[in-house]
Amino acid sequence: MFVTPAYGQETAPAVEGGDAHATSGAQAGTEVPHDAAHEGTFPPFDPATFSSQILWLAITFGLFYLFLKRVVMPRLADILDTRSSRITQDLDQAAKLKDEADAAVAAYEQELAEAKAGANAIGQQARDAAKAEAETARKKVEANLEKKLAEAEVRITSIKSSAMKDVGAIAESTATAIVEQLVGKADKAGVAAAVKSIAG
Amino acid sequence: MATADKVDPIHQFHISKIVPIEIGGYDLSFTNSSLFMVATVVVASLFLYLATSGRHLIPSRWQSSAEMTYEFVGSMLKDSAGSQGMRFFPFVFSLFMFVLTANLLGLFPYFFTVTSHIIVTFALSILVIGIVVFYGLAKHGFGFFKLFVPSGVPLVLMPLVVAIEVVSFLSRPVSLSVRLFANMLAGHITLKVFAGFVVSLSALGAVGIAGAILPLIMAVALTALELLVAALQAYVFAILTCMYLNDALHPGH
Repeated sequence: MFVTPAYGQETAPAVEGGDAHATSGAQAGTEVPHDAAHEGTFPPFDPATFSSQILWLAITFGLFYLFLKRVVMPRLADILDTRSSRITQDLDQAAKLKDEADAAVAAYEQELAEAKAGANAIGQQARDAAKAEAETARKKVEANLEKKLAEAEVRITSIKSSAMKDVGAIAESTATAIVEQLVGKADKAGVAAAVKSIAG
Repeated sequence: MATADKVDPIHQFHISKIVPIEIGGYDLSFTNSSLFMVATVVVASLFLYLATSGRHLIPSRWQSSAEMTYEFVGSMLKDSAGSQGMRFFPFVFSLFMFVLTANLLGLFPYFFTVTSHIIVTFALSILVIGIVVFYGLAKHGFGFFKLFVPSGVPLVLMPLVVAIEVVSFLSRPVSLSVRLFANMLAGHITLKVFAGFVVSLSALGAVGIAGAILPLIMAVALTALELLVAALQAYVFAILTCMYLNDALHPGH
């Protein structure tokens, strides 16, 4: 549809100028072909075409402007607005989710810290209790040992005193026996007095 | 004979009437230029309409390209004219899309390039400057004329500076329109000349065909260059529009 009129325009002057250029052949390349209406005018500067071009430019450009302003541009603005609002919405949601995640992490860490502190307290308590128990057991054992020691000491003292009591008699008899062996006859009372004075 | 006409590099800018209309002595015919204006609008509208019809949250390639164009023009306008400039966003966006699509459509063989006619680019420039002047006057009243009086200039130099500013302001629509028009015109002529060499050389037999390889390579390279120029000139047109609109919004230098 677009090509046909333009092509027609290419071939039409060929018929008109046919006689003039019939002999010039290929050399006619640079010559301006003669148009019946505007001879020799450079087409873009031909004022005869101005009014029609201005009118059709005004009509086509005006319609184009209205179409873009009323239909295309609101639609494009709408598409871009929807997209940017969707992006902001998604970003907001992402930020909200991140906040939630951060709060969950903080809560978890707090709970962990509390649990650690609780565990420490329980451990300390157990350690203290065990220490106290050990202490009482030790004290009990010590007290027991001391009692036994005291008893043993008492017995030792009694045994010692009773032994000391026997020592005098044994010394007398021994001394008597020694004296009899030496002298033949012993004065028991004298021996006793001598032993007593030595033991004194 | 047909070869001779195809080689003519100016022929592609001819305007031919498709539906002759004449009202009050003015020729308002529906021409091949009008047809390609309609085609430009239809192609650009269909692209933007169909690409965004899915309204996907995750865009398809088509939707992504429409969004990128939209955001590209939007940020361009915001950077040069501030957030107040966003009221002109529909205008700048349609201007950019129209010029870009017209430039790109013109690169197809046998297609007419709407922007290769000075009257079209000039009309668009006048529209831009008209909006700048009317909006500037409506918003700032006489304060708009501060545009021509830069601050911090010695009083002695003031008349000269104001004169320069006025001339530079008046030359804006001319430079804006001529830049786009001349780029399109020159590019298409060059392209056609090199393509014409290929055609006329290859008509000369085996040697000609061998010689035609060089202009063919040139034509391919120029097509790539013209693709760049088509996009670049649409961008330049749009960004200059943004800067001029900034003057209407903030006249003080």
